[in-house]
Amino acid sequence: MKFLGLVWANLKRKKLRTSLTVLSILVAFLLFGFLCAIKQGLGGGVELAGVDRLITRNKVSLIMSLPLNYEARIASVPGVDSTAHQSWFGGIYQDPKNFFPSFPVQPEKFLAMYPEFILAPAQKEAWLKTRTGAIIGRKSAEKYHFKIGDHIPLTCPIWGEPANQDHWDFEVVGIFDGAKKGTDTTGLYFQYDYFDEARTRNKGEIGWLGVRVKSPDQAAEVAKAIDEQFANSPYETKTEPEGAFAASFAAQIGDIGSIMMAVLSAVFFTILLVAGNTMSQAVRERTEELGVLKAMGFTNELVLVLVLMESCVISALGGLIGLGLAWVLVSVANPASNVMPSLSLPPHDLIVGFILVFVLGVVAGVVPAVQAMHLRIAVALRRNA
Amino acid sequence: MNWLTQVFSIAFFNLRALPERKGAAIATAVGIAGVVGVLVGVLAIAEGFRRVMTNSADPAVAVVLRKGADQEMTSNLTRDDVRTISDAPGLARNSQGQPITSSEMFVVVDLPKRSTGTSANVPMRGVDVAAMEVRGTIHVTQGRRFELGKNEIMVGAGAAREFGGLDLGHEVRVGQNTWNVVGIFTANGGVAESEIWTDGAVLRAVYKRQESFQSVYARLGSPADFTTFKDALTTNPKLQVQVSTLGDFYSEHSRIVIELISGVGVFIAGLMALGALFGALNTMYSAVSSRTREIATLRALGFGASPIVVSVLCESIVLALAGGIVGGAISYFVFNGFTTTTMNMQTFSQITFAFAVTPRLLLNAMIWATVLGLLGGIFPAVRAARLPIASALRE
Repeated sequence: MKFLGLVWANLKRKKLRTSLTVLSILVAFLLFGFLCAIKQGLGGGVELAGVDRLITRNKVSLIMSLPLNYEARIASVPGVDSTAHQSWFGGIYQDPKNFFPSFPVQPEKFLAMYPEFILAPAQKEAWLKTRTGAIIGRKSAEKYHFKIGDHIPLTCPIWGEPANQDHWDFEVVGIFDGAKKGTDTTGLYFQYDYFDEARTRNKGEIGWLGVRVKSPDQAAEVAKAIDEQFANSPYETKTEPEGAFAASFAAQIGDIGSIMMAVLSAVFFTILLVAGNTMSQAVRERTEELGVLKAMGFTNELVLVLVLMESCVISALGGLIGLGLAWVLVSVANPASNVMPSLSLPPHDLIVGFILVFVLGVVAGVVPAVQAMHLRIAVALRRNA
Repeated sequence: MNWLTQVFSIAFFNLRALPERKGAAIATAVGIAGVVGVLVGVLAIAEGFRRVMTNSADPAVAVVLRKGADQEMTSNLTRDDVRTISDAPGLARNSQGQPITSSEMFVVVDLPKRSTGTSANVPMRGVDVAAMEVRGTIHVTQGRRFELGKNEIMVGAGAAREFGGLDLGHEVRVGQNTWNVVGIFTANGGVAESEIWTDGAVLRAVYKRQESFQSVYARLGSPADFTTFKDALTTNPKLQVQVSTLGDFYSEHSRIVIELISGVGVFIAGLMALGALFGALNTMYSAVSSRTREIATLRALGFGASPIVVSVLCESIVLALAGGIVGGAISYFVFNGFTTTTMNMQTFSQITFAFAVTPRLLLNAMIWATVLGLLGGIFPAVRAARLPIASALRE
């Protein structure tokens, strides 16, 4: 450690070059952070899926509904612990561009099925009591400045508006938060009973069902049992674990996601290559000095360590600041808020980032360091003469 | 004249000496090639997507949806509505004097993607006989058109390529129904190539929505008749509809995907540009500092400061352009024409398209490269010009 001063002095010698190198590494790791966050976002919350939850939907397509009575029939399938259905409401707030998703649900069952939505007990009480009450996620509430007690007017091209009204009117009775960082808090949820009574068409239909199984080990069997029960009926079902559903939904975005990832990773490594080259260059220029150090009695190993330390310090400075900035910025600067409502940098990617920072430092330093180690003093001292 | 000669001679001298510093020079060019490659690659996705939309946009075709519907699936029209729309003025007529309109139903069905086997929302459209005449771009390339009243489908070329089971002569099972693939069609690269088409009456019967329509596509007498047609419908008190040209309709429907791709693309390319810029600055500063004595000698010989600036700038722009050309070329060969499919969030259905690296995109990329070269060169160039001659000569 006592040589840290020497390393530092070497770095300070060409301040401009050192700062430019640090900055380009910083940018590379900032990019890396966004890359991981976007990858996570495009994954559509696969990692957030509950292991003991299934989704049952119409086999033809997610847009096709199921009869309401399926809920009771599914609840009685052995191995099923509880159920909660949802539907896609597709409400429009003033203009289709102001998009947030909206769903009619059964409040009590919904909150029990999805404990990742955190709602204050008093607000939950209010929701159960208020027929036209709705809860909305923190993110949308902040974006559109909704407060408890506000009324949100929504028009609904899919289901029509209630008779004699030109819009649906929901009273905000609660604002929920997400239990995890990536939990989607953009949705608006309201009472299915009110919805089904007031809508003018397709009464008695539901969109899809969340099914909690008693044990995750049985998930596959329960899913099969549910689908068999409705096989060859007019409304065949497709039941799959929530994670598989999210993954296949994410796969619909298709190659574009993976192509973006591939291209961006290529770029990340390109920037590192360029920065690494500069770092090696900085050492090579000082061959003569390294010769002097050795002549003064520095051992081969010590010279190796000194050179490696130098490149690691540069890499750590740029990399750690870059990762830190990415950590802070991903939630603020979201380039695609429409599609990926909540961007976050998963901790395991952050760890990968730290490893990359270290690897960069070692790889960029190792060739010149080994060269420096094997340097013969006489040759080194003569080199610039 | 003297000044120009100085600029040329130093710049030329400078460029000839580039191979001496090839490590650093290549590093700079590679950094910029990366920026340009990514920018072009990502924007080619957006461009390809946009091209599908514009290829479908015939100014003489109008689409009618229920008022307030943001897309076909959320729209709903009655048989009376459809009749009123077909009777409106401004429509083109066929040889029997009938208006050329098609009342349609749009649904999505789950079919596996060929590439991954995962299920995808494939758009399926029930149409009237006149649909092909309305679009005017539909060509059946294999097999034949579907027959009315039968469970027959014809499949867009893109959908046939990307989704499993959609091969000519095959049967596709969707829910309780089996459909025979009797034809493959193209639509001048437009949206319809991603769709499966069948007889609207059959599809409505399958979905038990015999009396419910979602949209009416209508061929206008001429693009100028659009206003007549639209006004007639929107002022009719019996109708609650919205009318748009096919072009507006599709550009609205591609808005989110294009915003997403170009947003992410430009944002990321911007960050990378910053990274490459630092790299370029580094190279140029070290190029200048390694030539301190040489530059001072030139100044002592009587060369002016500005030719020195220009010569350094020349070097950095040449490096940047070389990188830009390589990056653009790689992008072109890797991405241009690459076909894929993605989810259009606004219609909740898959759309197939080919990446398009257009000349305009390549030109923009070269502009980016030049700007990076300029920015990366200007500060080192100024430093070079300001070197104090006496002390620099002694270095």
